[in-house]
This record gives sequence, structure tokens and C-alpha cells, in this order.
Amino acid sequence: MTGTLAAIGAGLAVIGAGLGIGRIGGQAMDAIARQPEAGGKIQTAMIISAALIEGVALFAVVVSMMSN
Amino acid sequence: MSVRYFAFISTLFFGIGLFTAAPQLLAQDGHHAESVSEEQTGDAHKEEFNATEYILEHIADSHEWHILTRKNGQNVAVPLPVILYSKHSGFHLFLSKHIAHGHTHDGFQMGHGTIQVKNRKGEIVNKSLNGKIVEVDEHGEMVEEGLPLDFSMTKNVCMMMLSLIILLWVFLGLAKSYKKMGIREPKGLAGFIEPVIVFIEEDVAIPNIGEEKYARYMPYLLTVFFFVLLNNLMGMIPFFPFGANVTGNIAVTMVLALFTFIITTFSGNKSYWQHIFNTPGVPVWLAPIMIPVEIIGMLTKPFALMVRLFANITAGHIIVLSLISMIFIFKSIFMSVPSLVMVLFMDCIELLVAFLQAYIFTLLSALFIGLAVPEHHHD
Repeated sequence: MTGTLAAIGAGLAVIGAGLGIGRIGGQAMDAIARQPEAGGKIQTAMIISAALIEGVALFAVVVSMMSN
Repeated sequence: MSVRYFAFISTLFFGIGLFTAAPQLLAQDGHHAESVSEEQTGDAHKEEFNATEYILEHIADSHEWHILTRKNGQNVAVPLPVILYSKHSGFHLFLSKHIAHGHTHDGFQMGHGTIQVKNRKGEIVNKSLNGKIVEVDEHGEMVEEGLPLDFSMTKNVCMMMLSLIILLWVFLGLAKSYKKMGIREPKGLAGFIEPVIVFIEEDVAIPNIGEEKYARYMPYLLTVFFFVLLNNLMGMIPFFPFGANVTGNIAVTMVLALFTFIITTFSGNKSYWQHIFNTPGVPVWLAPIMIPVEIIGMLTKPFALMVRLFANITAGHIIVLSLISMIFIFKSIFMSVPSLVMVLFMDCIELLVAFLQAYIFTLLSALFIGLAVPEHHHD
């Protein structure tokens, strides 16, 4: 039973992270389209924020693994 | 680009090197750690493939450095020194090949299965013994409080020493060549390393810590960047003498995060501590709420640093191993093609993650240090 619950938890975390990273990616595309010459800087900032959100999602994965 | 940084890094690594080499020198006393042993695994019967067990075994640390398993079930592995302290019989030092494959040596053997122990609340919980060494009596039963303190030189320790040697060799060599030749157009290895160092200096340290104070923290930032990067990359190479999951070990990332925490705490200036204990612009009666929150904030930063690196690397390895496991779950040779394609794709992402996580760890360390040493015109 705990295994199933942990899997649901991991799935919920993935939804959150997916929404977050999707939003970052979309907004970065918008920004680059508006100002292509700032593309490099925007990309760096995008990767950093994506990594931070991914980190939060991975917290959830670790918690699910521990509860398993 | 200053020669001083190289000198700094070299000194730091030499210090760490001496510190970690000491147990190795002790361990080699009377034993030869490099001899490759071959042992019989007993009957090599076909077992049902258990993906979870297989994956967890491969991302965990181990007492021996496994190279390959022969077709007849023989294991080829490099034995590593085991150092134990037991409450009943004191210190023990022997090679891991003596306890491989269920053998018992000096009253110790590899644990398997689970035991029931009481946790702090007094509830009885199951504790896994896989990968742990237990003390047993002459009948093979585990003795009371039979988990010795384990100071063994495991696979991860050896891997860290290997990376230490590589980093020392690269950076001492570079420092020497810079000293001899002076500042010039970088050639060879320097042409690869120097842009990275300049990048850490100009894009990570200076914007976050500030022009005046960043130089003090450059040695730490460069050390942590190259250590994490090298171990991430070496952890991705699946064969001997690589493949130990060092940055995917929470103890290793904890120590790295602890370094950042200690540096941040000890270099915090007046304004940093003022923001924690007497935040400007906040009424005094809010202090009982604000101070605990600020102190928790101080501790969560290194905690997040620790879990981020650990979870990223471990999750990447778990995904790759799961994709490989698919071949054995479906028991079909045709599954190997999609499996390998996906593994290749995943490995490319992991290559990106290896660089990204080293960069993020360094960037956030610089950010936290920068928060502790704000320049005056900021407030």
C-alpha cells in the first residue's frame, strides 16, 4: 500500500514540476522572441530556474523513496 | 587570471589529500589493496530478476569494487580494506574478500534481510541489513547490538581519492606551467580549464559576492566546482575504475553543503547577523516569530543544496538503470534496441545535468556567501 501511495506522490510532484518548467520555458521563448539579442542571458536564467524547480520535484521523489 | 588561484587550489587539495590519505596508509599495512581476487559464488542458479534490488544495489556504496561477473558465476572484484570498531571485540582490519559471498571472518559477515529494531519512540520497525556488516557468533546468529561502527575504505572513498589524484595532477601541473611560462595564451589542457575558471570568476563569483571580497572565496568555489563536476562525470562511466556513485551519496553532498554553511556562517558580517536577529524595519514584538524563521532559513539553504545534488544524480542513475532493467524484465533481445536508444538519450541529459549541477552548486554557494557579506551601498 505504501508503495502505491509513494507512486501517487511522485506523480503529483511531477505535475507540479512540469507546470513550473513548462511555464519557465514558455516565458523564456516569449522573452527571446521579443529581444533575441538577450537570448544568451535569458537562457542561462531559464536553466537556473528550471534546475531549482527540478530540485524541488526531486525532494518529493526522495521523500517517496524514503517512505517506500 | 592569477597564478595565485592555482596556488590556493593546490594547497587546499594537498591538505585534503593528506587528510584522506592517512587511513589509506594505515590500511595498506600488511595488506595489498590492489590484488584482484577471484572467488566462487557457489551455485549460480537462475533467480527471478528483481529490478528494485538490482537498481538499489548499483547506486549504493559497496565494500568491494566489482569489475565483472563471469559466465560461470564467478565474480571478479577488487577487494577493499574493511575497518570496523565493535563494542565486543574492538578494532578490526581485513580485506573485503574475506567476507565476500557469505563467508565469515573474525566473527563478521555481510548482512542480509531485515532485523527488527526499536526506534526512538519505542516502536518496532524493520531495518534493512543489505550492504551492512554484522557481527555474528559461532552459530552464525547475529549477536546483541551486532552492528559495528564501519570506517571502511569503501568504493566511494577510493573513487574520491582517485578524483583527488586527478585534480591534484591537473591543477598542480597547470600551476607549475603558469609559474614557469608566465601569463600567456593558454595551450593544451590549460585551454580547456582556463575559460572555466574565468567563467566561475566573472559570471559566478563577482556578480554574487562583489568585486571587493570575491577573491577570498574563489579557491573554495573552484574546488567545489571541479570536485562535483569530475565526480558527476566519473560516476557516469559504468566500468572499472569508475562508476562509483560519489555525488549521489547523501553523506558526500552533506559534507559539501556543510562546507558552504560553515563558510557562510563564519564570514557573515554585522549586517548579515542584524538581518537575522534584528531585521531592520520589523517591529520588536515580531521578533519571537522572525528569529526562528530566519534561523530555519539559515539551515534550509545548505539542506536544499545537499538534497538537490544527491537527488539529481541519484534520480538520473535510477532512470538509466530502470531503462536497462527493461531488457531483463521483458526477457527479450528485441527490447535491447529501444532500451539502449533511451539509455543513450538519458545519458546525454545526464551529461547536461552533470555540468548543470556542478554549476548550480557553485552558483548557490556563491549566492549564499554573497548574502552573508553584503557590501554597504546595498542597504
